[in-house]
Amino acid sequence: MRDKRLVRNIGTLAHVDHGKTTLSDNLLMAAGMISPKVAGKALALDYVEIEQLRQMTVKAANVSLYHEVEGKPYVINLVDTPGHVDFTGHVTRSLRVMDGAIVVVDAVEGVMTQTETVVRQGLEERVRPLLFINKVDRLIKELRLGPRDIQRRFIEIIRDFNELIDLYGEPEFKEKWKVNPAKGTVAFGSALHKWGFTIPIAQKEGLKFDYIVDAYQKGYVEELAKEFPLYRAILDMVVQHIPNPVEAQRYRIPKLWKGDLNSELGKAMIECDEEGPTVICISKINVDPHAGIVATGRVFSGTVYEGEEVYLLSAKRVSRIQQVSLYMGPYREAVPEIPAGNIVALLGVEDARAGETIVDAQYKDTAAPFERLHYISEPVVTIAIEPVRSQDLPKLIDALRKMAIEDPTLHVRINEETGEYLISGMGALHLEITLWDLKQRTNLEVKTSPPVVVYRESVKTRSPVFEGKSPNKHNRVYISVEPLDEVALDLLQRGEVYEDQDWRTRAKILREKAGWSTDQARNIWAIDENLNVLVNLTSGVQYLREVRDTIIMGFRWAMREGPLAQEPVRGVKVILHDAQIHEDPAHRGPAQMIPATRRAIYAGFLTAKPVLLEPILRIDVKVPQDQLGGVLNVLTKRRGKISNIEQHGGLMYVRGEIPVSETFNLSDDMRSATMGKAFWSTQFLRWAPVPESLMKDLIVEIRKRKGLPEEVPRPEDFLGP
Amino acid sequence: MGELIFIGLGLDSEEDISLRGLKAAEAADEVFLEAYTSLMPHLDIARLEELIGKRITRLSRRQMEEEMDYVLREARSKRIAILCPGDPFVATTHIALRIEAEKQGIKTKVINNASIISAVTSATGLQSYKLGRTVTLTFPQMGSIPETVYDVTKDNLAMGLHTLILLEIDVEGRRYLRIDEAVELLRALENRRKEGIFTEDRLIVGLARLGSEDMIVKADILARLKLYDFGLPPHSLLVPGRLHFMEKEALKILASAPDEALRGA
Ligand SMILES: Nc1nc2c(ncn2[C@@H]2O[C@H](COP(=O)(O)OP(=O)(O)O)[C@@H](O)[C@H]2O)c(=O)[nH]1
Repeated sequence: MRDKRLVRNIGTLAHVDHGKTTLSDNLLMAAGMISPKVAGKALALDYVEIEQLRQMTVKAANVSLYHEVEGKPYVINLVDTPGHVDFTGHVTRSLRVMDGAIVVVDAVEGVMTQTETVVRQGLEERVRPLLFINKVDRLIKELRLGPRDIQRRFIEIIRDFNELIDLYGEPEFKEKWKVNPAKGTVAFGSALHKWGFTIPIAQKEGLKFDYIVDAYQKGYVEELAKEFPLYRAILDMVVQHIPNPVEAQRYRIPKLWKGDLNSELGKAMIECDEEGPTVICISKINVDPHAGIVATGRVFSGTVYEGEEVYLLSAKRVSRIQQVSLYMGPYREAVPEIPAGNIVALLGVEDARAGETIVDAQYKDTAAPFERLHYISEPVVTIAIEPVRSQDLPKLIDALRKMAIEDPTLHVRINEETGEYLISGMGALHLEITLWDLKQRTNLEVKTSPPVVVYRESVKTRSPVFEGKSPNKHNRVYISVEPLDEVALDLLQRGEVYEDQDWRTRAKILREKAGWSTDQARNIWAIDENLNVLVNLTSGVQYLREVRDTIIMGFRWAMREGPLAQEPVRGVKVILHDAQIHEDPAHRGPAQMIPATRRAIYAGFLTAKPVLLEPILRIDVKVPQDQLGGVLNVLTKRRGKISNIEQHGGLMYVRGEIPVSETFNLSDDMRSATMGKAFWSTQFLRWAPVPESLMKDLIVEIRKRKGLPEEVPRPEDFLGP
Repeated sequence: MGELIFIGLGLDSEEDISLRGLKAAEAADEVFLEAYTSLMPHLDIARLEELIGKRITRLSRRQMEEEMDYVLREARSKRIAILCPGDPFVATTHIALRIEAEKQGIKTKVINNASIISAVTSATGLQSYKLGRTVTLTFPQMGSIPETVYDVTKDNLAMGLHTLILLEIDVEGRRYLRIDEAVELLRALENRRKEGIFTEDRLIVGLARLGSEDMIVKADILARLKLYDFGLPPHSLLVPGRLHFMEKEALKILASAPDEALRGA
């Protein structure tokens, strides 16, 4: 831990079911954390055994492993990454804190869609991927391949894998990072049976393929696992081919961190300097029943110690570190301090959330964060929840609050009007898992409402300029509304353009990439969390500066609830053209300017061809060939679109898209249509206009549900005398 | 034919209504009270109803602003009286209603009364000729203090004029800005602008419940203004410009200004 060259920070990545969890247990066992008996059976990392429900790993945990190579003791921090595709934010945060990844690929299935996703994401964060071809036993036992065919299969997988690196890798890394079995950057084995090797190990110790095939035929697999333990192959590979933090941070920091590389902080991180200012990026939050909030992350520079005063850049809070610890298996062990390059668990930073950047409190005003408010995790489904026994309410609220802390994609709020607790997530599946998790934690009986889809409102054309009057009629604003162009929307979505960005930088990006006029690009007043922009094109308006904040507030309110059905507005540009403001502050306060702004925006909105947008999911289905028809049937019946069908062995891989509103009880339908043989997963894809033919009824339905008058307001309603 | 009559109620209590105002209210078909732009310290609405001999409908700001149509519809055929604290059109609020009424052919009439603008000269002895632009200091709006008060005072001072600073009365929010709070806000503005307007030694007159029997008028430097207890609302401030010798004298006698506070003025 002291010697940074002896530290490696890694994680495992895989398509669901390819054996990531089983591999992790092999590694844990090697580190002496759990007994050989338990490994492979009890999935230590999967302490939420949701596997059985959906075969997905939802929680990530962290482990410090010890491994000796050539007499030197290495510390390997194993950051376990979630395998669930719905939680892409989690994956990115885990990737940020690791320098290398073991990508687990099932020898039978080969490179799959999620393998592609995780490798791409890893490369985006400059995480070096190494390949582990798992379940080799299946090639022998199930497919009964001989040594030659097995080797041919390996070559195919390696080729596919390197193609991904070629496709997604950055030019300066991809040649270096392609895997090559002869160099020992690929491991082969069976996580289930705990054996594995790399070509250098095999060559050195005279291991032949025949020997492995024989082990199964003649029944000495256990000896094989003793002679060629998987953990050794993997950890040797890691030590030799994953860079240590000092090497890694040199080229990773410029990519991961958007601050000034020549600043004191930038330099310290690039050097991985333990004498530098403390900078920690949090990858994961757990709420521990005893210790409270545990923040896990990586120390990128400095040495964090118990009692240190730190500043949380996103939460904007000063905190004092109460405890510093490292992970040993699923346990934490307190230590006085941890230097740069390591993974750390912190107590005392109650306000930290995943993605938080923690710095030495002295750098409070100058430090740049790793991550800005990300717009990617937009919740699309909501349910109301209440306990069966009302006295359990405090317990329920407490559990939900904790879960929302751990999972930033989960939103919990209270409906002010009905007093109901609402939870929103990334899909029906996400909420199902959440409820399951809730049950595991609290054992509470709860009642839930049917899931409700979250929609968005937007416009298709540009409106004329409307005059918005304040209630006292003494102030007027002139506003038009139009759709935000696709390029700008994308820049916002990816966080390349954001609200508290330096305005010159922002103007430059919008001019160059989205072709905005200088006038508009420089005069952005606000960008809200649903990707709407307020542009000020007025000039010389007296007192405008003093009402700026209230106009912005009016804009935000209008964007929070659109006029069609009070769903959030998305992708709209609001332009302020002119304004007339009362002389005296008493007559131009928030109660005047907010409604004036809102009215003009609504009138504009309703004349700009308003549309309702619905969330669309990507769906991937694996199904035996003879059941394919059933799947296609189910999807088309539910307004789904098929984009691709591929055959892999006896299985068909179907990819398509489907509106969220059509995914409720999809499981049941799918099961009965395929005799339970389809396995499927979904992922948020995009927002798309609701088909014209459905829109009107849908708006009425939403309005009714919210207790609003059925009639959509008309533009005139917001103009007034 | 209907009519819309704006009747000023004056500054302190139900007894300040003028005889003409009282008669007009008695003769009206319906009487509304606008009681949100200002606050009359000793107004007793039940007593006022007794005096007029009619029920009074109180209008909230929302009703007044948003349901202007209702008032106008009534006024088309009836005689409607709107009772307003102070002098009806000193606060600009009702002008929109009056213009709209006239546009629709409804006759309007105003019965005046005293307002803080005239009362301030009576209370301090400062000359009305030298009163500059009036301005309201509001509670911070969305976290920031509107700077207009600074600019207005600065411009007035440059011309040697006095500035009356009204302190926000948020009747519906049940809060009003007190002099001690106002002083803090002015300090904060001075810290930001640093143009020497609200310095610690700036002479300011604190005014509470102008026009009442228990009004308080106290002149001192900004730094010491917080030491006095001004009591219940409404409060305001007056920043004197260049002082005529008579004005200095008046401030000493009517506003017990300490000599050293007047030295700079
Ligand atoms: N035959 C065989 N099965 C394996 C092997 N590794 C894992 N599995 C099984 O594959 C399934 C999924 O493994 P798991 O580790 O949970 O995958 P994850 O979803 O990637 O974490 C489990 O039933 C494992 O027992 C292996 O090497 N050989």
